[in-house]
Amino acid sequence: MSKDIQADLVRHIARLSRIALDESRADELARQFADILGYFDKLQELDTSDVQPLVHPMELSNVFGADDPHASLTPEEALANAPQRDGDFYRVPKVIGDSL
Amino acid sequence: MSLEDLSAMELAGAVAAGKVGAVEAARHYLDVIQRRDGQVHAFNQVHPERALERAAAVDADRAAGRGLGPLAGVPVGVKDNIVTDFGLTTCSSRMLAPFHSPYRATVVDRLEQAGAVIVGKTNLDEFAMGSSTENSAFGPTRNPWDLQRVPGGSSGGSAAAVAAYEVPAALGSDTGGSIRQPAAFCGVVGFKPTYGRVSRFGLVAYGSSLDQIGPLARDVADAALLTRIIAGHDPRDSTSLDVPVEDYLADLEKPLEGLRIGLPREFYTQALDAEIAQTLRQAARTYESRGARLVEVRLPHSRIDVDAQGQLSSYAVACYYIVAMAEASSNLARYDGVHYGHRTPQEPQDIIDLYCRSRAEGFGPEVQRRVMLGTYTLSAGYYDAYYNKALKVRRLIKNDFDRAFEQADVLLCPVAPTTAFRLGEKTADPLTMYLEDIYTISVNLAGLPGLSLPAGLSKTSLPIGMQLIGPVCSEHRLLRAGRMYELASGVRRLRPEMAKKGGRP
Repeated sequence: MSKDIQADLVRHIARLSRIALDESRADELARQFADILGYFDKLQELDTSDVQPLVHPMELSNVFGADDPHASLTPEEALANAPQRDGDFYRVPKVIGDSL
Repeated sequence: MSLEDLSAMELAGAVAAGKVGAVEAARHYLDVIQRRDGQVHAFNQVHPERALERAAAVDADRAAGRGLGPLAGVPVGVKDNIVTDFGLTTCSSRMLAPFHSPYRATVVDRLEQAGAVIVGKTNLDEFAMGSSTENSAFGPTRNPWDLQRVPGGSSGGSAAAVAAYEVPAALGSDTGGSIRQPAAFCGVVGFKPTYGRVSRFGLVAYGSSLDQIGPLARDVADAALLTRIIAGHDPRDSTSLDVPVEDYLADLEKPLEGLRIGLPREFYTQALDAEIAQTLRQAARTYESRGARLVEVRLPHSRIDVDAQGQLSSYAVACYYIVAMAEASSNLARYDGVHYGHRTPQEPQDIIDLYCRSRAEGFGPEVQRRVMLGTYTLSAGYYDAYYNKALKVRRLIKNDFDRAFEQADVLLCPVAPTTAFRLGEKTADPLTMYLEDIYTISVNLAGLPGLSLPAGLSKTSLPIGMQLIGPVCSEHRLLRAGRMYELASGVRRLRPEMAKKGGRP
């Protein structure tokens, strides 16, 4: 499945990842992805039909915290690292557009 | 006797006894950093003023007769992916280059409550993704044993800082070997505790089911001391283990009786450098001479294959990188150029353009590669073939360890296939770099504790590490087993030429 990694697919993955792709790197990335995914294909050698996936080493479930109020960040602290702000809000460019 | 000769434990003792002032110790190490770190570049930032202030507070506590903590006045370095509410937390990324954390990690709290003096933040591969500390936006760290060589990674800054005697101890984080492999390359002790043993609150997330914080130190006793301080349940990390922390220093000097040392057959093959293999066999004999029994165990799903071209492969490496990249792609979605971190300076067309350009400019090539591959393996049509398959193999890897621990108390393994390699040697091919982790990643997949400690030096005077792996929550026995080797072999507190008295890089 990994042999067919082409620059087009790299563009698609970059888009899904919300990373602007440097066009000059698309072919190189396609080659690297094919290598790495080809390596991942090694797992197909193993029969795992009767194996349950292990998502987490400790297999914890339902860890509940005490329902006690505690201090959280103030708006000023939360916004201190914002690249752009407007009062108590993060400022972003227009959200409505064609590219969504 | 110089201040630098004292281990963390000895220094804290000397401070408590009034033989050394905390300010004196802080000044001394700040001066060492000043003299040596230009060559090593272990630190991203040093905070002399704050360090001296904290040290003065320790001295004042002592003068007032208040009780001192077990790390009173001990300067420590903290990996720059652990948040501090002073200075910056950059993850060695352009993305977070200007980031001031509004809060601090639990481990930072615990260190300071114990009296430690945090002197600065150490370099790493960007977002902890790498095995050489060459993927840092602020330039690579160099190995104090040979400045042309890498310190390993991703906690290369912490390992190099300890090896160069710029600090007695430091904290790192380990997702696939990021504490243990740099410890081996730099000739220091590195300990990755059981998953959840140490709170991850305030550790910038990379692979959340794999990440764990742990210490780097000059000997096992100091590693045990630091682990005891940072370990424990934390309600702010829901994956932290609600299991009592043992006193890792208790009986530390007492050899374990009837210890069963397991040697995984799959790890002692032609994939391993001959000199390392020989050193590990010698280490096994050292244990045997102290009454331990050696048993061969099997870890079939961590097997390492070598093809005709000498290319290594292993199920564990494939499994690990699928899981780690998938988790990374999800964790790093938070860097959006909106809430904090880098935002593209160009006027974006819309919000998606803002995300895409901020991330392309803020993340380095390896981080972009991992986020993209993780996104791909989680995407519709590939989820089962890659991600779900990897999770199933992950269980097989864990089951192998469960079986091995029926026969052995501790597994004795290599840390890395070779000693420290040269800068630039493995940067061209990402896959070659991933294979650095071939002996360390299974431990993270299974959530086990792994201790890396110096086994000896190579003919070319480069450190050779060895790894001890134990079952979940076996920290105490693992540290005792490590200490047993350290005392029996005399291999500890290794010191490269540049870190010796009068030694100059």
